[in-house]
Amino acid sequence: MAEPPATAEAAASTVNWEQVQDSPEFAKLRHALRSFVFPVTIAFLVWYFTYVLCAAFARDFMNIKVFGVFTVGLLFGLLQFVTTFLIAVFYARHMNSKFDPQADQLRDEIEGTA
Amino acid sequence: MFAQLTTSTQAAAADSDSGHQVLTISLFATFVAITLGITIWASRQNRTAADFYAGGRSFTGMQNGFAIGGDYMSAASFLGIAGLIALYGYDGFLYSIGFLVAWLVALLLVAELMRNTGKFTMADVLSFRMRQRPVRTAASISTVVVSIFYLLAQMVGAGELVSLLLGISSAAAKNIVIAGVGLLMIVYVVFGGMKGTTWVQIIKAVLLMTGAAIMTFWVLAKFGFNPSALLSAAADASGKGEAFLEPGLRYGVESADATKTLLSKLDFISLAMALVLGTAGLPHILIRFYTVPSSKAARKSVLWAITLIGIFYLMTLALGFGAAALVGYEAITKQSPGGNSAAPQLAEALGGVGTTPGAIMLAVIAAVAFATILAVVAGLTLASSSSLAHDLYANVIRRGKVTTDKQEVRVGRISAVIIGAVAIALAIPAQSLNVAFLVAIAFAIAASANLPVILYSLFWKRFNTRGATWGIYGGLISALVLLIFSPNVSGGAVSATTGKAASLFSDPSIDFHWFPLNNPGIISIPLGFLFAFIGAVTSKEFNKAKWAEMEVRSLTGAHAEKASSH
Repeated sequence: MAEPPATAEAAASTVNWEQVQDSPEFAKLRHALRSFVFPVTIAFLVWYFTYVLCAAFARDFMNIKVFGVFTVGLLFGLLQFVTTFLIAVFYARHMNSKFDPQADQLRDEIEGTA
Repeated sequence: MFAQLTTSTQAAAADSDSGHQVLTISLFATFVAITLGITIWASRQNRTAADFYAGGRSFTGMQNGFAIGGDYMSAASFLGIAGLIALYGYDGFLYSIGFLVAWLVALLLVAELMRNTGKFTMADVLSFRMRQRPVRTAASISTVVVSIFYLLAQMVGAGELVSLLLGISSAAAKNIVIAGVGLLMIVYVVFGGMKGTTWVQIIKAVLLMTGAAIMTFWVLAKFGFNPSALLSAAADASGKGEAFLEPGLRYGVESADATKTLLSKLDFISLAMALVLGTAGLPHILIRFYTVPSSKAARKSVLWAITLIGIFYLMTLALGFGAAALVGYEAITKQSPGGNSAAPQLAEALGGVGTTPGAIMLAVIAAVAFATILAVVAGLTLASSSSLAHDLYANVIRRGKVTTDKQEVRVGRISAVIIGAVAIALAIPAQSLNVAFLVAIAFAIAASANLPVILYSLFWKRFNTRGATWGIYGGLISALVLLIFSPNVSGGAVSATTGKAASLFSDPSIDFHWFPLNNPGIISIPLGFLFAFIGAVTSKEFNKAKWAEMEVRSLTGAHAEKASSH
């Protein structure tokens, strides 16, 4: 191991965390995370539970045939897969472009390597 | 059609049995030999606590993504979901969607922030800005409870699988299999630690994905790569016609009794809640985020995991509908009433029942299923033993005075032996329990006891010690109490197929249930959030400095635990 844990903890204890937390840079970073993950989480949970509730209470709707043997229910289910993949990709993109640069800069400042 | 298939299966069972059994056992023995070799190699590298508990934090995002897949795609999902789809069509598919969407919660809200804040266990994050002892005790208890339920599910599944695939049905033989699985998982964890366990899971994930891909391709080829043809054939063979492709055969079953219908639908919604919110509270999944060097690698590993798990569940659609079409309802339920044998039976049917290719396919898929169980139980044992050693022993009993790595690793190994022994002792009497039910319980408890406090402690400034302990104990106890008084555990209802009580007690006259649902999630998850909230607002405790440190560290990754450099 590069360094015993005690050293890392000792290094962390010298940082003025409250000062960083109160800085406008950190507020911006927090906003970059929360403004994405909170609404998106609510959206995909609503989307998922709409599907679940339809499967329980709107069966006539779910059983409508769209083409061949494919019903609304089957396509709705497959769409859940598609949206899960898409949200994961959008999240990664958002973090790579909007979050990581800010986070890295702050981290380097805190760790004193910048 | 049923009759034909059933007779051919029986005839084949008579003469291909010994052939595929020898092959299954030798393939499985090869897997065990290879993984034990890796374990021995890993044991030489386990020098520090970070090596033992977190694999030196030196796995890549892709490796960890495969390991997460290996940890998550348990026998319950491989055999269970394929079986559910084979028997109930659409409703099995519903189940797998919850398991997949759940990963978004882990990805967006939990994985990276946990990686940046914690060290070895879930409790590291929960107790970060709280009083250590009460929070670590609570987190350790819920870690062990969730892991033990999940562990029981896997071990009971192992016993079932063996009797199914090797034709062993005596109770003694099943017990020996369970004990054998238990001993192997102890060996993996005690010697291999996180490094060995992770490699076992990576290998297993590759085997499972390959096995499922071959079968999927084969099934689709049989139907001219036309999904409609596969679905129609499955619906026809199921004897349920179009209803097989529609929701309602298993969950939210509609009957003449309006109350019963509503309860059945609520039970389904409750299960859906537990599935989607449980994953991000499963301790054995959470500790996987510590095995990578940074939060970015943690993100990458979840992206890999979502890709693998998503593709895997899409493949289980082909496997389940393929089994419904090619093996048939009666042939499957004859082997196992819950449908757990559908995937292996499909493998045999694809190769040709009674032929050598059929025997080889059956042996390969059976061996993959065993490998699956071994890898998952090792991950679970590691999660609970690291919590016992790192949280309960080092930080609660010794009050953080265990300082040498050697000591902490030694305690981790002893804990693994204890957990393994307890799991074996519990799994033997628990064999009558339904595997899918045990897994659903683990998810419901994880969603009720763990997820609320994880989210609050990461995002809510005001959260504190009382909030954490009330949340964990409140969620845990409400889930367990509702469970005990649920129809499945204390209902006494008689199952139509077996003539025995479907509940935990085999005597149908024992009926003390008052909670009408089998899955407690719909009540216990909101209660978990509520208890945690009330606990937090009624306590004035607030550690401003620690909150600042936690929030800044969780977002920036400053002074996060680094990878070992050997």
